[in-house]
Formats: sequence, structure tokens, C-alpha cells
Amino acid sequence: MTHRMVTATLALIGLIVALYLSLWRVGLIGTLACGAEGGCDTVQTSSYAAFLGIPVAFYGVAGYVALLGVSLVGLQPRWIVRREPTIALAMLAGLGVAFSAYLTYLEAAVIHAWCGYCILSAGIITGILVAAIVGFRDGQRRTEANKADSKS
Amino acid sequence: MARPMSLKPFYAVLGGIAVVGAGWLAYSGRRSSGAAQLEPVPAEAVAAADAFPGHVLGSDSAPIEVVEYADFQCPACAQFAILTMHDVKERLIQTGRVRWRFRDFPLEIHDKSQLAHHSAACAGEQTQFWAMHDQLYYNQSRWYGERPAAAGRMFRDFARTIGLDVGAYDSCMESSRYRARIAASAQQGISQGVASTPTFIIDGRRVAGSMAYDPLHHMIDSLIALKQR
Repeated sequence: MTHRMVTATLALIGLIVALYLSLWRVGLIGTLACGAEGGCDTVQTSSYAAFLGIPVAFYGVAGYVALLGVSLVGLQPRWIVRREPTIALAMLAGLGVAFSAYLTYLEAAVIHAWCGYCILSAGIITGILVAAIVGFRDGQRRTEANKADSKS
Repeated sequence: MARPMSLKPFYAVLGGIAVVGAGWLAYSGRRSSGAAQLEPVPAEAVAAADAFPGHVLGSDSAPIEVVEYADFQCPACAQFAILTMHDVKERLIQTGRVRWRFRDFPLEIHDKSQLAHHSAACAGEQTQFWAMHDQLYYNQSRWYGERPAAAGRMFRDFARTIGLDVGAYDSCMESSRYRARIAASAQQGISQGVASTPTFIIDGRRVAGSMAYDPLHHMIDSLIALKQR
């Protein structure tokens, strides 16, 4: 249960960051607050700021909405002891971590500029994956303990 | 059996984060609402301004033409202007190997781009486009985070620094007469597949992203060699 609270909280923070970048992308926020060096501006105006024609920030919004939704559903009494939400969280976060790793590589090796919001998002998605894995292991341990109890 | 943990405190924390986040987003949106909100340029005016070929440096007989689509508020464009353009001018343009064509590509996501491009166009009216180009890029970090009104005052100072007739500059800025031309330039970029800045069209080949001098001149050398075959 606790790990789903952690994933929900992190997903909400990630969603706010992704929304900020998306609103900037559609012109509702004039200047990115990222310091005078403008690293995030360099990253966000580069040709790598879109993936398959869709701004990367939009994928972030979709991903974090999905993670938040699964986490909150997983906290409902009907789902609380089931493992499916944890598996879904781990799979979604795994995809997110892989995508973030690719974007971080682009920042370091291709664009040569760092976007603080992207790094924050990469940290958040990694945290969600860790929490989901911990939750998955806890679930496994509980299942094994229950099996042992029922045998004895 | 243990009593199930109450979710109320958790939902309260989540709600608190959501409220703070929404406040931050609303504040960020309001902070930029002082941006230069320009009326859309009529399509006919853009079409009429389509003939402007861009700001050119170099010889008409240069074997290679590079078209640079750039945004004055884009840090990567400033990086190119500061780190690479000096070598490009000295070693490629002044030697007659390259003709350089700067084309306006102000991104909508930048709140002072239109103003900066118009400022450069007004300087161009007094044959000082490239001097203003340098002022805008070399001082970008100073005006990047300013409100549009303050940035406009800085651009006026740049105009004075490069020796423009400030009265003529002011009336040019007030008239907004180059807006259609700037929009036409951006439209042309879009029609050529430009989606980010800077983007270079090097002898018809599109290259997106800031470039260091070495890869740029290697590319130009090989294109010249190809033409001489």
C-alpha cells in the first residue's frame, strides 16, 4: 500500500513538471524559468524536443497521468491486495526510465545542454520504478508467507 | 486483524501538492502574460512580404549558400552566433566560399522573439542588421529573462550603441512594419521543413541544431569539392 502512495505522490509531482513544459510548449508560459544559461530552453527548442512529431513533454503528461491513475486505483479496497496495479506501475515506469535514459543521453552527448526539468523528471520516474519494484517484492514475500502459513 | 490504514492523510497531502502545483502553473502563466501579445499578421500581408530574401553576407558568386533559420531568443542560436559565426565570417564568407543568408524564425514559445526580430529589421533599415544581430545575441543572457517592455528598452540601447538614428528606430518599432516580413520568413522556413532553431539549409541540405566550426567547414569543403568535380 505504501509503495502505491509513494508512486502516486511522485507521479503527481512529475505530472506538474510535465504540464509546465507542455504549457510552455503551446505558448501559455512565455519564458522557461531555468536560469540565465538557458539550458532547458536549448534542450526544449532543439529538434529532439519532439518524438514522432509529438512534443516530449506531452508524453510525460500522458505517462504521469497513467501512473497516477494506476496508483490511485491500486489504493482502492478492491485492488489493494492485488498485484496487477504494481505490475502495471513497474511496466509503465520501466518504459519511462528507458525513455528518460535516451533523453538524458541526448542532452549529454548530442545537444550538450542540460534541462533541469528533464533531469528532475528522470529522477522522479526512477523513484517510481524503484517504489514499484519494492512493492512487487513485498507482494511476493507476502504471498510466500501466506502460503507457508496455510501449509502450517 | 489489523485495521486498514486510513487514506485521508495521504489524500490531503496529494491535494496539497496539487494545489501548490496548480498555483505554480497559474503564476508562471500570469508572469508571462506581460509578453508582447501581437495581433496575428493577415495572410495577405505575409504573402506580399514573401519576396524578402533574408539578410545576406558574402559574395553572389560564392559556390555555396547557407541559409540560417534562427530565433534571437534561442540560446542555441546565440551559442552559434558567439562561438562559430566569427570563424564562419573570417574563413568562409570573406574568402568567397560561402554566401550566408539569415532568415527570421521567431518561435512562438519565446515571448520576446518577435520584438527582437523586429528590432533587428529596423536596424537593417539603417543598414545595421548584422550589428544589431550581434548585439542581440551577445547580450541575450541580459535580456532573456526580462519582461518585454524592459527588453524593448535594452534593444533601444543597443540601437544607440551601434549608432542608429534612434528617432527613426523608434518610429520603425512603433509602426511594426516588418511583422509581415518576419512572419513570411518563418512560413518559408516551415515550408522547407524547419521545426527548430537554429536550422541550416546548406546548399539544399537541411541540418538542424547548432554547429561547431569544424563540422560546418568540413561539410562545406566536401560540397565545394563535389561541385568542382
